[in-house]
Amino acid sequence: MASFMSLRDAIAHAVEDGHSVALEGFTHLIPFAAGHEIIRQGRSGLTLIRMTPDLIYDQMIGMGCARKLVFSWGGNPGVGSLHRLRDAVERDWPHSLEMEEHSHAGMAAAWAAGAAGMPIALLRGYLGTGLPRVNENIRFLKDPFTDEELAAIPSLQPEVGIIHAQRADRAGNVLLEGIVGIQKEVVLASRFSVVTVEEIVDNLEAPSLNSVILPGWTIDVIVEAPGGAKPSYAHRYYDRDNAFYLAWDEISRDRERFLDWMAENVIGAGSA
Amino acid sequence: MIAYTASEMMVVTASRALRNDHVCFVGIGAPSAACNLARLTHAPDIALIYESGTIGVRPDILPLSIGDGELADTAIVTVSVPEMFQYWLQGGRIDIGFLGAAQLDRFGNINTTVIGHYDRPKVRLPGAGGAPEIATHCREVYLIIEHSPRAFVEEVDFVTTLGFGPTGAERSALGIETKGPTLVVTDLALLRPEQGSNELIVTSLHPGVTREEVMEKTGWPIRFAPEPGETPSPTETELDVLRGLQERTAAAHQKEG
Repeated sequence: MASFMSLRDAIAHAVEDGHSVALEGFTHLIPFAAGHEIIRQGRSGLTLIRMTPDLIYDQMIGMGCARKLVFSWGGNPGVGSLHRLRDAVERDWPHSLEMEEHSHAGMAAAWAAGAAGMPIALLRGYLGTGLPRVNENIRFLKDPFTDEELAAIPSLQPEVGIIHAQRADRAGNVLLEGIVGIQKEVVLASRFSVVTVEEIVDNLEAPSLNSVILPGWTIDVIVEAPGGAKPSYAHRYYDRDNAFYLAWDEISRDRERFLDWMAENVIGAGSA
Repeated sequence: MIAYTASEMMVVTASRALRNDHVCFVGIGAPSAACNLARLTHAPDIALIYESGTIGVRPDILPLSIGDGELADTAIVTVSVPEMFQYWLQGGRIDIGFLGAAQLDRFGNINTTVIGHYDRPKVRLPGAGGAPEIATHCREVYLIIEHSPRAFVEEVDFVTTLGFGPTGAERSALGIETKGPTLVVTDLALLRPEQGSNELIVTSLHPGVTREEVMEKTGWPIRFAPEPGETPSPTETELDVLRGLQERTAAAHQKEG
């Protein structure tokens, strides 16, 4: 049964220095509020896992939270580079960043395998690419039945998984809709899970018998965090702030301007 | 004849490669513009799929990211990302993968990972995303890239996504049965793999483009088909629809969430 906490208490309780942590959400429902709280609490040495690091990991990397990044596509979607990620990789600022790089198909399979409690994910993937040469977690093994060579990667089962969702009821059942990405897999795969939601309601009002719902007993902590996915979006609550994604290109390009922006908008904003 | 830009020529030409009965996996940027232009002109029933899990989308504006709300709002169905990659892409249900690239070599191998050495890159690019498996699981791959010596290189710094392999023979040697990159659309020309060698050669030049211009903007000694054709110019309708789409898109992307 999930406990209900404030965002500050949830992060203080769940995330320790050096943990492997996934804040997932495939473009939609990105848990920005939770990421900002991790930054405010000064966590460091984290292994950050996310298919698309997006602006939230650009901010966490730039603020020195990360030791390692596990990812499959590290750009500002439709805009260009993540400048803080690039600065870490190209110039070790604020410090060096270890990289474990996959394809989307690989990470998606690793999340599904993690949710299924399997040690590895198998896929027909990575054929002819340079990725296995730079990532020892991509290997190949033979199917014992057909002899076909398949790619094998470790499943993802981080210490902490954090997602954002539309709403929870008072029993802690959580409803997700729209682009549901890998959020369900992340909660089921992680050893400890935190779900931030737009609102806590008496009745989930699930739109279909087959809606994506995580029962309360699969989740450790639920936090009410309205607007917690901004500047990404929460379908039926608010739209993606594409203008901010475009503006981030300029804000993040320069170290001082980035630090000023973080001081004013994240550190200074205080805990919810 | 109405005036048009090289970039419009590229997107319109790319859109014409798509058929009404295609199922197409759409990359963001120019591929997305070309695919939606096809849908809004000659291919109204084309099934467009984005890697965010959105199947059969009909957006009124171009999404900025592969996961904008507009995609889920207009999709026939939205599935999870593991389902997208496992059942739909790896399951072999997609005809065309439409991709862009930062660097391309003569055998259609793509780099979107790094410029320079992997461990200490001069430029760290975003990485693979869906491309490696899109390129091996879709029946064919179409690429859309602006012609420049920086993009069309003798050797890619990193093989993010397999075309035909470093010598053109590795794709079939790996046992991959899909066709790979069968068409490259640039702002100057159309390139297709030569039968046998799999080397990309120019099969059509856009109106007013010279062989010299293509040679200057290609980083390898590019070859031409014996009689390259001339790509037809965009029609007024195609340009109207494309410009309308881009205007609506630009206005929408400036709005705050």
